[in-house]
Amino acid sequence: MAVEPRKPPSQFVAKLQRALGGRAGWGGFVVQILFVAALAWIAYEIVANARANLQAQRITAGFGFLANTAGFDVSQNLIPYSGSDTYTRVFLVGLMNTLLVSVIGIFFATLIGFLVALGRLSPNWLLARISGGYVELVRNLPPLFQILFWYLAVLAALPNPRQSISVFDAFFLSNRGIVVPKPIGNPGFEPFAIATLIAVVAALLLRNYARRQLFESGRLIRIWPYVLGLLIGLPLVTAVIFGAPVTFEVPALKGFNFAGGSRVIPEFVALTVALSTYTAAFIAEIVRAGILSVHKGQVEAGSSLGLLRGSVLRLIVMPQALRVILPPLTNQYLNLTKNSSLAVGIGYPDLVSVFAGTTLSQTGQAIEIIGITMGVYLLISLVTSAIMSFYGWRLGRSLGP
Amino acid sequence: MKRVSLVFTLAVAVGLSTQVATAQTLKTIKDRGMLSCGVGQGLPGFSSPDDKGNWTGLDVDVCRAVAAAILNDATKVKFVPLSAKDRFTALQSGEIDVLSRNTTWTLSRDTSLGANFTGVTYYDGQGFMVKKSLKVNSALELNSASVCVQTGTTTEQNLADYFKGNNMKYEVIAFATNDEAVKAYESGRCDVFTTDVSGLYSDRLKLSNPADHAVLPEVISKEPLGPMVRHGDDQWFDIVKWTLYAMITAEELGVTQKNVDDMAKSDKPEMKRVFGADGNLGEQLGLTKDWVSRIVKAVGNYGESFDRNVGAGSKLGIARGLNQLWNKGGIQYAPPIR
Repeated sequence: MAVEPRKPPSQFVAKLQRALGGRAGWGGFVVQILFVAALAWIAYEIVANARANLQAQRITAGFGFLANTAGFDVSQNLIPYSGSDTYTRVFLVGLMNTLLVSVIGIFFATLIGFLVALGRLSPNWLLARISGGYVELVRNLPPLFQILFWYLAVLAALPNPRQSISVFDAFFLSNRGIVVPKPIGNPGFEPFAIATLIAVVAALLLRNYARRQLFESGRLIRIWPYVLGLLIGLPLVTAVIFGAPVTFEVPALKGFNFAGGSRVIPEFVALTVALSTYTAAFIAEIVRAGILSVHKGQVEAGSSLGLLRGSVLRLIVMPQALRVILPPLTNQYLNLTKNSSLAVGIGYPDLVSVFAGTTLSQTGQAIEIIGITMGVYLLISLVTSAIMSFYGWRLGRSLGP
Repeated sequence: MKRVSLVFTLAVAVGLSTQVATAQTLKTIKDRGMLSCGVGQGLPGFSSPDDKGNWTGLDVDVCRAVAAAILNDATKVKFVPLSAKDRFTALQSGEIDVLSRNTTWTLSRDTSLGANFTGVTYYDGQGFMVKKSLKVNSALELNSASVCVQTGTTTEQNLADYFKGNNMKYEVIAFATNDEAVKAYESGRCDVFTTDVSGLYSDRLKLSNPADHAVLPEVISKEPLGPMVRHGDDQWFDIVKWTLYAMITAEELGVTQKNVDDMAKSDKPEMKRVFGADGNLGEQLGLTKDWVSRIVKAVGNYGESFDRNVGAGSKLGIARGLNQLWNKGGIQYAPPIR
């Protein structure tokens, strides 16, 4: 029996496809333009609709509130701030506090995470079990509970200022925080700083020179005496010539609290410790996965070359493992940054607490403030992942084609 | 193509969505059969749930009075506990019909939030609470103290103004909720706790040893606390406003929860007007003739509600003070119901 010929597809659809996208059809250029235009129109409609609704209810809209006086104080500000500054300044203070917690948290989380991962992979049975127990415990408890635990546990253990623990009568520990003498710059500070900078640059140049010598001619130069001499000697010389770079303002108990000196508030300590230990548990697992992903043959090859376990890890396994570790590690850094917004639960003045909390309640402009806050977190996250991508690219480059 | 058409449909739907219908609150409540009332998260005397989940308090009574006036049932209220941060957004978005959460009446809140204050339930002021062991007798001795506050309230700004105005330094620790601030104060993180004086008495009850804490005599601000409703619905605004005035008028006339039925049958012209036997004042509001009887039967008059929740009949024991009637030494005053 002859097979019935199939009817050809409708010419109209085929012609439309050709017209809109050329050979690429529906994936073509014109279709993409139309899609982007549709998205832009949706975004515009959402904004316009929101604005119309706000106007109908006579709720103030717009970003003019950023120039108004804030009228409240915060307990930690890295830049000068007082109650008579604007909301813009409040935003900056909150942002700096968030960034401070994030950066320090990321540093310690990475450190602890790597150590715990190595511990878990160690042949020492006890160390492996303890590291494993730490990971299992910490990563299964919600971060807010851990922050509250560190805050309440830390606070409960510390005495009040009038009975604070003091070291040399200059360092004090109480439930108001750690108070240390504050360095105040003298005229001799600038030469000191420049000298330190020169010493650091010189040390790096020396290191590069020594490495090149090692790779090219096999000559091993021990540079550490020179580096030490540079880093200590150069600033010391400037201190002798120009005078002491800083004087220290020693804190003293006056009335309720300490006057003078710098203070690290317990909220900051609790938040940083909690976030670091929490994220470290996740980082430990990621690092462990990365290390396990390197073929066992690499370790055997390294050992057969006569390298010790530590050197095998440092020189052979880690560079290869880092390629696997970096993307999830970036995730954890972003998580830490976002988790820092839990600070509002313990009274740490981070961005969410002072801007999306106090400022929002005082001005009532929820849409603008939440929009700005989300935009800032997005920006911080994008910058972090860009930095990590760059590092990963450099690593990939050095591993060879 | 299917994906694109879906996107277009969504876009059209969003773009053509109508504005929030604001002038229909009374009708919405009657249809729903329930009043949605925004309250605090547990401030004894103003709005707090007991262990069975029943809400009591001065703010709660105002909401129950409104529900009784509209639906003749003071239990038909849904209480939505709100923090200082999300209370205004909940009102603006329509999640609640009325916000009765010891909110201070200020100009910026009356204008920029798209809401109106309907009256003053409680005339309050901001004060300080310290541990008696610190041996402080006046707020002027608090230089360089640490102060715990709840964030997002007028408290923070008043605190800044007061300390700056008196050239005193201080450290402020701002917490998201009132309970966290109280806990931090109790643990010794800060020397002073500050909020409205009524809140101080209320929170002192939550401490493990209330007798160890003293409320300082200084009252550093005016804090008239009252209910809020959205802009754009004048009828609803009038209803909530006159419910409170009805409670105050009832106390002025000596009408109590016990004798309201007898008083309603009185022949005095003022009583007949108030209780609907003469004229149609209730209907003018959009309520029924017996709106005042419903209110007083549900929650009593203003004085009874005050006594029961924050006054002599409660654990707080706050004196009437400014909240006494205008003809008895206070400033609670209701325009005439006629």
